Amino acid sequence: MVAKRIIPCLDVDAGRVVKGIQFQHLKDAGDPVQQARRYRDEGADELVFLDITASVEKRKTLIEMVQEVARTLDIPFTVGGGIKTLDDARAILSSGADKISVNTAAVERPEFIAELADMFGTQCVVLAIDAKRRLRREIRGAETGERAANAESNIAMEAPPPGDPDVWFEVYTYGGRRPTGRDAVAWAAEAERLGAGELLVTSIDRDGTEAGYDVELLAALAERVNLPIIASGGCGRPEHIYEAFVRGRADAALAASIFHFHRYPIPVVKQFLRQRGIEVRP
Amino acid sequence: MTRILILDYGVGNLFSLMSAIQREGAEPLIRQEIPRDPCFDGLILPGVGHFTPVSERLRRMRSAIDEVIERGTPILGVCLGMQVLFNRSEEGPGQGLGLIPGAVVRLPDSVKIPHMGWNRLHLVRRSPLLDGVPQGAWVYFVHSFYPQPEDESVVLARAEHGVSFPAVVGRDHIFGTQFHPEKSGEAGSLMLKNFLRLCRR
Repeated sequence: MVAKRIIPCLDVDAGRVVKGIQFQHLKDAGDPVQQARRYRDEGADELVFLDITASVEKRKTLIEMVQEVARTLDIPFTVGGGIKTLDDARAILSSGADKISVNTAAVERPEFIAELADMFGTQCVVLAIDAKRRLRREIRGAETGERAANAESNIAMEAPPPGDPDVWFEVYTYGGRRPTGRDAVAWAAEAERLGAGELLVTSIDRDGTEAGYDVELLAALAERVNLPIIASGGCGRPEHIYEAFVRGRADAALAASIFHFHRYPIPVVKQFLRQRGIEVRP
Repeated sequence: MTRILILDYGVGNLFSLMSAIQREGAEPLIRQEIPRDPCFDGLILPGVGHFTPVSERLRRMRSAIDEVIERGTPILGVCLGMQVLFNRSEEGPGQGLGLIPGAVVRLPDSVKIPHMGWNRLHLVRRSPLLDGVPQGAWVYFVHSFYPQPEDESVVLARAEHGVSFPAVVGRDHIFGTQFHPEKSGEAGSLMLKNFLRLCRR
């Protein structure tokens, strides 16, 4: 049986790893190659590098970083962030990344997924879905004109609680800033048909909270698509990963802070999972 | 230094395979064609792309590949590079090299496709490629199709994902792995070392 995967995520700015909490207080946290090696030695099954470099010139440093990582690393890694064209994808894949993840560019032009899959193979194409809980009641409200008045408060509103039958999950783009009106589950099914090979699913509500993954979101996706799913957003403890695998039916769990700050080293997390009957690679 | 020719079909990631060969102390040569002079000690068919265009491309190099085999130069097919060693594939039309008789078929829909991640090898036959590789070794897979050889004796190791499938095949100097040894940590590194040792003769 294929093992459940543990995937540390490294945010990269101009070729350096940065660490932040809820998109703030970014600070330099070192050399990506060193960090990658350390995680590999601890037993990471894969790595994800998320490029948050804003300036175009500095993106060159990303390519150099990818090559440097590929030279040293003997486990797979994915690179995401700002990939808009086939040339962007080619530059990263031909520098040694195993997969690229795309989000905004794919939402804006879904055929991009098919083009990537045709060119590089389905197995290279990870669709990142950033999703936020919404209530259908809001939409009905919109029909009666209530939504306009509530528009601002909706954004600040607390996420609808688990178990609410009226919940749906809205896809966001531009780093979680722009709502798209798309339903995450329908989008995942469309992406599977277009040729995505894997889903990287981040709950915007949970991201940075360390309150656990959104298992309802994960389970809703697992129910609908037959692609491997990576859970992301909200991991604070090993129990959260267990929940994502068992209740969320995820295939892999991505986390940043619990690994970065050495609170739960990967072997500790894997031991926790193994004791509870989850198959993980030693 | 042992020189390994990595055939470039013009798509995808050869950098990782090239780096892995360098890490194991050999010299990778990346070429779009197979040179007629024997300037390399081993040939790797990498695991990127789609069955149809890759098999077409390889068929045009058929006589060069036959020469490689006649010289006794070891060949390693990785993932798709292994699948094209067979006759045909459900992935698309096109004729494979047929160096190992059989067909490539799709994984069952009862499991997630692609089969992506780490899985264990069940070794079924001794082979110099698998020297020192422990029973149950973890290796990294990413594929949607798998080979069904006509002759079971070419199967060196199996793995399971909805179905038990051949994960390592081999006959004479021709080998194939359905997983990616260059991404498979220690077990993968060991198999690449074994392959390089066979290439050194």
